[in-house]
Amino acid sequence: MHTRPHPVLIGFACLVFFFLLAPLVIIIGASVSDTSFLTFPPQGLTLHWYENIFEVSAFKRTMVTSFILAVTGTSLSLIVGIPAAYALNRYRVQLPSFLSTVFVLPILVPEIVLGFSLMKTVTTAMGFPIFVSLVIGHALLVLPYCVRVVSAALSSFDFSIEEAAVSLGCPRWKAFFIIVLPNVRAGVIAAFILALITSINDVSISLFLTGPGISTLPIQLLAHMEQFFDPTIASVSVLLMLVTVGVMAVVELTLGLTFLTK
Amino acid sequence: MTFRQPGWLLVLPATLAVAMFLGIPVFDTFSTTFTDSTGFLSNYEKFFTSRFRRAVLWRTTEIALITMIASLLIGFATAYVVSRAPKKLKSLLIIIAVFPLLTGVVVRSFAWLVILGKNGILNQILLSVGVIAEPLSMLYTEGAVIVAMVYLFVPLMILTIVGVLEGIPEDLLQASASLGATPFATFWQVVFPLAMPGLIVGAVLVFTGSFTSYATPQLLGGEQQMMMGTFLRQRAMVTFDWTGASTIAAIMTVVTIIIVLAMGRVARRLNPAAV
Repeated sequence: MHTRPHPVLIGFACLVFFFLLAPLVIIIGASVSDTSFLTFPPQGLTLHWYENIFEVSAFKRTMVTSFILAVTGTSLSLIVGIPAAYALNRYRVQLPSFLSTVFVLPILVPEIVLGFSLMKTVTTAMGFPIFVSLVIGHALLVLPYCVRVVSAALSSFDFSIEEAAVSLGCPRWKAFFIIVLPNVRAGVIAAFILALITSINDVSISLFLTGPGISTLPIQLLAHMEQFFDPTIASVSVLLMLVTVGVMAVVELTLGLTFLTK
Repeated sequence: MTFRQPGWLLVLPATLAVAMFLGIPVFDTFSTTFTDSTGFLSNYEKFFTSRFRRAVLWRTTEIALITMIASLLIGFATAYVVSRAPKKLKSLLIIIAVFPLLTGVVVRSFAWLVILGKNGILNQILLSVGVIAEPLSMLYTEGAVIVAMVYLFVPLMILTIVGVLEGIPEDLLQASASLGATPFATFWQVVFPLAMPGLIVGAVLVFTGSFTSYATPQLLGGEQQMMMGTFLRQRAMVTFDWTGASTIAAIMTVVTIIIVLAMGRVARRLNPAAV
């Protein structure tokens, strides 16, 4: 029996979904407007602002930086995060329970505080290069996602399969790579993708860790917006939305998007 | 206990990384705020005796609270409709809610810059309808920041609450209805209490998220509507007052942790069965 919600409530929900989508549609419209300023509805149609993205060298450069940064940070995070998630599930009884809280800490500390603290301690006091500090910051930022998503996948894994392999003489490390990892593949891919998009969109950590010649795309976008008001920003935004669509497709194929409501 | 060793070894790298690159830097930020020569707490005295700084803290709290309440109301009502929708439609609605969530905060705040600007679409509509004679200046007001923040956080709220509503067994609603409860009574006496943990998680995420946000207040609030995040960045990167910035950072962290712990406690009291 599915009781239908009150019509007023349904109408309200429709309005909310309109409110969620309209701004994004406006950006798409503004990105093809044949005017030198941002406007909606678009006047004339042009793809000039998309070409312009690649003519502004700052956008090109920061796009590459953001991408390399996201891949490096996420990979590092998975390299330390997967063993941790494995241990938290496999040796749950032996490990103290506070350990699982440790990996939630990056959520408790506001991102902007982490970014500022990294700039002060890691870049300035310890003298790490800016890019290395950025990688550290982004790896920390996505660590909770990596541990949580991989943990979720591992929690439904039957460890007796692994035990069977080990008791038949398979070395432990090999059993991990040929038995455990392939079984939680979907979780690892989803973690990678979600972490990647979180890192690419990050503002608060990168904010303090950009220096001469090094900046990320969102930071460059913010800087550009404060000076210019042309449709190039809209076209970059549309490009980022396309990335989002790609990410959603991958998540849907690996875990199913309903995973995100859990 | 031969498994004891590998367990520890596997957790070690991640734990060390968090301790070294989160623990030490954040501890350092906190400790610099207590080293003023005029007294242990004088940096905090300075913060709380300054009218301007108190106003920033108050504005931030106010905006975060309004955003939280608005997102809760909008999110709960929408999530309720989504969770009752037929399966196919439900998946579609969830996709629509996830899309903005995965689109960056800069892009989503930028959209409101286009909508609320002097020549923005909202002013154009209002002018053409004849409600106003002159374009309104809506940017750089508290309202602009709040609207953009609600826009930012409603999808998160919808997804969190849909997750909890999905977990409520259909039998409970049927039992309630067959025992004579009106749909209204079923909602308030069965659905609402069971959804409470989700509402609290959502509320915490939205409050702390808006309390510590940077991009949205920077773009839509500007200097006029300084919030803790934009104030921290201004102290650190424009005036290079790192001690002042550290004090702001410490206050932000403490508020975040208090809210998370307090809401967790409220959640346990309201629903002892929920984890």
